[in-house]
Amino acid sequence: MGGDLTPALLAAPVWTDAMVAAAGIPIRDVELVTVGGGIGSFVLVDQLRIAGLPASAIRVLSTIDQPWQTYQYLTRVSQIPEHERIRSDSASTPDNIWGFPSYAVREAFTASTLRGFTRPLWQVLTEPVLSDYYTPRVGTVFASMAREAARIDWPSMLVRGQVRMVRRRAGGGYLTILTPPADGSESMPTLRLGSAPRRTAAPAELAPATRRIAYRSRFVHLAVGYPGLRFLPDLQEYRARHGDVRRVVNAYEPHEHVYDELVRHPATVVVRGAGIVASRILNRLINDRDRQGARTHIVHLFRTYVRGAHGPSVFMRRRGGDGWAYQGFNYPKSVWGGQLKARMRELEGAERRALYDAIGGTNTPRRRVWQEQLARGRREGWYTTHVGEVHTLEPGPDGTVVTRMRTADGMLEVPAAYVIDATGLIADIREHRVLADLLDHSGAGHNPLGRLDVERTFEVRGTRSDPGRLYASGAATLGGYFPGVDTFLGLQIAAQEIADDLASVGFGQRLDSRRSVTQWVRWMRNQPV
Amino acid sequence: MVPTLGGRVQTRLFLLATVGVVLTVLVVPVLPGAGADYGGAFGVLVAVAVLGVGWELIYHGLQQFRWEKDWPTGFGLVTGVNEGLLTWLAARGGLVPGAGGVASSAFAMHFAVVWLGVWLCANGPLRVAVPRWRFHGGRLW
Repeated sequence: MGGDLTPALLAAPVWTDAMVAAAGIPIRDVELVTVGGGIGSFVLVDQLRIAGLPASAIRVLSTIDQPWQTYQYLTRVSQIPEHERIRSDSASTPDNIWGFPSYAVREAFTASTLRGFTRPLWQVLTEPVLSDYYTPRVGTVFASMAREAARIDWPSMLVRGQVRMVRRRAGGGYLTILTPPADGSESMPTLRLGSAPRRTAAPAELAPATRRIAYRSRFVHLAVGYPGLRFLPDLQEYRARHGDVRRVVNAYEPHEHVYDELVRHPATVVVRGAGIVASRILNRLINDRDRQGARTHIVHLFRTYVRGAHGPSVFMRRRGGDGWAYQGFNYPKSVWGGQLKARMRELEGAERRALYDAIGGTNTPRRRVWQEQLARGRREGWYTTHVGEVHTLEPGPDGTVVTRMRTADGMLEVPAAYVIDATGLIADIREHRVLADLLDHSGAGHNPLGRLDVERTFEVRGTRSDPGRLYASGAATLGGYFPGVDTFLGLQIAAQEIADDLASVGFGQRLDSRRSVTQWVRWMRNQPV
Repeated sequence: MVPTLGGRVQTRLFLLATVGVVLTVLVVPVLPGAGADYGGAFGVLVAVAVLGVGWELIYHGLQQFRWEKDWPTGFGLVTGVNEGLLTWLAARGGLVPGAGGVASSAFAMHFAVVWLGVWLCANGPLRVAVPRWRFHGGRLW
């Protein structure tokens, strides 16, 4: 099989078409490629298609068949089954660029009972004062995206394969190297929710006998998500040294066996982390106590224990208590359009970093049901907390894992049957091959938080290849002029900025009111864009 | 909604000048009681706009005490009570041209219809007509 990367290509920061051809790598032309194929790619393509670009101008390079697939996996293992609600605002609608009708309104108007109609509307009307924030069911979000994917003809734009790198092209634009799947076809899956996708061959895109394919495009968009799971050093060391991946688990990897086992045998479980995932894990453990008769004892370890409202001034005080910092969504709501968005947009360097520090940090929503569960656990003695820094994990007697931690009162040993780590996903962009290549060869740099430095338009600073432009959105760009990047709404904000910037250089039309209204009517009628 | 001060004022003025005007034109002929005419009704509309700029400054100030710096959907509806009362007092005090003799029932109905219409538009249709509005703090220009 020919057509592979050569040392000359690997070393050259700018490629000519002749270099790629000499390596035997076939070249395909398209105006824009988006790398990733997850929700970040999806909302950009949705925006561009609604603004009037044809599907033929766009290719989505992806290893997944459906844009919500990775998100679905992560939410499922971190204890959000399809009927559960995610931490996302009613108007954060990745299937609808307008946020209208919102998920609360849709839930009301598809309800079969009067209570089903009034409940979401009442909640969204009285949030967050009389009710918790309304949040949509994750299954509803996936179904809505499936409908939109069909409407914008997502399958016709999807090309399966692993992107290896993006390099600037002599003469302008970029060359994106794709490794097609081993089964030999970049086939087009037919979208079907909740079942294995059927494949239909797309004749024009059938993979040749080559290891790589180059996509030559004027524009590139990167939305590659998180590079992987983050394992804390002590957990990593324990797993590596003792080969035990059953008792020490990451919340973002499948760990149903822990819950199954805890229902069968009463035991102690250690939960680490103070974010939304820790809340979910605790919720699951307590539900199993309440509904399945589990007699689990939960020891919750905090590294930083929040005792109450906290913040630098009376104008910047976040609620907190019982160890947790409370916040409806992962940033204060106004980062997605209001004052904090406007403020961050003007800040550079250390000032920007300071505002990120003030509004960031681990936090979770203050939901009434979770408050009740944890209060009951404290009262009845089956939920206890410790504060300190974990030193090591060691195997203990009877197949237990002993967590040794430094607390204010000295070293503490916590034996448990299981340790669930809910401290997050990898944030280091260098862990991602495509981003690392971009940093090494294409002029990309780091922002004040160490991630990918993007302009206000989400163009990756330093990578311009006139008349082409390279953009990035999502988790990789946290630390930029816009903070809420790693959220549905954040991805849509990025998509709008990118679409407007593309329109400013003649690629597509800027979405005006007239087209917006007519396209919204088409959305409502479920007609193709 | 997550408004900036500029967004608050622009949205209010724009919606009153569009939705508010249309609803006023439609509702005045069916208002109950005596003294309801277009002169008075548009006087009330202008008063809501002018007094509203002051109200928006107050709301913006209150918003600074909120960690989220947001303005929940329900707040936009409930503030109709204080604004309605102040506008009513201003009308009764002769400060709203043409609206001095309007019956309380007519004022209440007109105000409620306009307030509700503006609030509903701000929470949906406006996002469709102005696709960048919601990400720009409610600013229209």
